[in-house]
Formats: sequence, structure tokens, C-alpha cells
Amino acid sequence: MNDDPLIIDGVALASRFFLGTAGYPSPAVLAEAIEASGTQLVTLGLKRTLQAGDNGALALALDAARARGARLLPNTAGCRSAREAVALACMARELYGTHWIKLEVVGDELSLQPDPFELLAAATELVRLGFTVFPYCTEDLVLCRRLLDEAGCAVLMPWGAPIGSGQGLAHPRALRTLRERLPDATLVVDAGLGAPSQAAQALEMGIDAVLLNTAVAKAREPVRMAAAFRDAIVAGRAAWRAGLIATQDFAVASTPVSGHAFLLGDAA
Amino acid sequence: MMIEIRLDDQARQLPAGTTLAALLESLDRPAASVATALNGSFIPRERRAATVLGAGDQVLLFKPIVGG
Repeated sequence: MNDDPLIIDGVALASRFFLGTAGYPSPAVLAEAIEASGTQLVTLGLKRTLQAGDNGALALALDAARARGARLLPNTAGCRSAREAVALACMARELYGTHWIKLEVVGDELSLQPDPFELLAAATELVRLGFTVFPYCTEDLVLCRRLLDEAGCAVLMPWGAPIGSGQGLAHPRALRTLRERLPDATLVVDAGLGAPSQAAQALEMGIDAVLLNTAVAKAREPVRMAAAFRDAIVAGRAAWRAGLIATQDFAVASTPVSGHAFLLGDAA
Repeated sequence: MMIEIRLDDQARQLPAGTTLAALLESLDRPAASVATALNGSFIPRERRAATVLGAGDQVLLFKPIVGG
């Protein structure tokens, strides 16, 4: 029994690990990785029908997700404008039968950095249309506040670093600021993580969950890496709940012998 | 009379008055297997039968895939 579920849109998720389903070496490895991750939320996409198929990866991913009781989170990857993103989100709702949407609106081709202006416009419209919106955003405090208060997003998903880069948390201070200034917001670090320790770092600073894909899919052993991230995320969350000590500039003795010189002195 | 539309960026000739639903049927696409956009706007499944295609219309079909 999980005594610390993540509640989104009234749904309790037992895992704080959101897992992407793209780029695995085979559909079977993808299905095993979903199982090993313990995830309760998997991301999916949409593409034009004239493009190539996926060797059955989607069907196995859906089976593995259903077997775990996991929710589906389709994305709007590839969108460059609010209009495109809204249309794609509506298509995703029809095809996947869920009103949860990971909103991606890219504003720069090299970094795949989200376009904050189009993102806010799309999020506002999608909430009006009844979606629960998970916006992939930068860590800008004012943008994040407007996504929450103005658009009505259920969560915020600031990037850790550019998608697929494996850099980890590029701007940890900004994420800490978000946590401090938006204490009631559900924060999910999405993208850029490469190592389980980076996921643990995010959870340790109070981030509520992480979403990643490439770090698992492109690992030498994706299933083992999925389990490693699962454990790191559990550890990071436990550390946040336990409360990290404040850092000090100098040593603070841990063994209580202060004031007693017991090796050199009168008895010598 | 025939009209020309673009389906997934390919030119296609259709009888005038063809609906989006009829187009999908002619492609042997089960109605629930794809989502449809007409000239960049989403057309819900239930509106396809009432959506008559016109000359120059751009139809895009989308399907589910894996994703991050």
C-alpha cells in the first residue's frame, strides 16, 4: 500500500516515474521496461498515417500499461503553434480515449525549447475544452504561474535539460525557486535526465515526479535501467519527505566527544 | 464531376459531394483507427459523415504511435 500517492485530477498514482515509450530496441524490451519501471503513467504520440509503422511497439506498450493499470498520456510532439497543438490534442483524445494531454509546443529547433507564448495560448484553450493539461515548459517562474493560474493546468512539467540530452538538471536553482514559490503546484521534471542520480536529485528538492524516455530506451540494458530509475525516484522522494539537513561551511563533529581530550594529556 | 483534394500530401480525385466518412471508407480505414484533420482543423468522428469535401481541401489522417 502506497502511503504517498501522487494525486493528479483526482487520480492517485502509486508511482512518481512517468515513462516514455519511444526508441526502445524492440517492442518486447519496451513492454519489459514498463513493467520494471513500476510506472503508472506512460506517454504516447500521434503521427501521420503516411509515415512508417512501429513494428507493433504501440500494441505491446498499451498491453503492458493496461496490465499495470497505468494511465495513458498522449503528447503533442512536433507542434509549432497553439493551433496545431489544440488540433492534435483533440485527435489524441479521440484516439486514446483520455482527456489527459502532454502539451508540447516547440519554439526552437535546436534545443526543442518550448514556446512559452504558444504554450500558454494552447493550454488555455485546451483547459476550456475539458482537457487536463500537462504542459512541457521551461522553468520560468512567471510562465509557470500563468500556466497554473491563468490557463488552469493541472501540473507543470519544466524541462530538466533539452529533450534526449542526458544532461540532468541544467538549472537546479530555478527548479528550487519554483518549488519554493509554487508550494502547492504539482511539479514534474520532464526531459533531459540521463542518470538515476539526477532523478533522485529532482525528487530530493521536492519535485513531485519525473518523466523520461531516452535515458531508459537508449541504455545498454533498458529494463535494468528502468528498475534503476524506479529505485532512485523512490529514494529521492523518501529523502524529501525525511528532510535533508542544511549544508554547513565547516565540519560538525558527529561523534559526541567534544571537550574531552582523551588520548594526550596528564595521564600520558 | 470530379474534384481534386490532397490526402496526406498526395493529390486525389474524388466525385464531387464525397464526404470525409466516404473517403475513409474508400480507403478501407476503420472509422476508429484514425483521427482526421481538414485544412488544419480537427474533425471529430461524429462529424465526418456531414463533412463534404471541396476542391483543394487538405485531409490529414493521424494514428497512435509510441512517444515520449
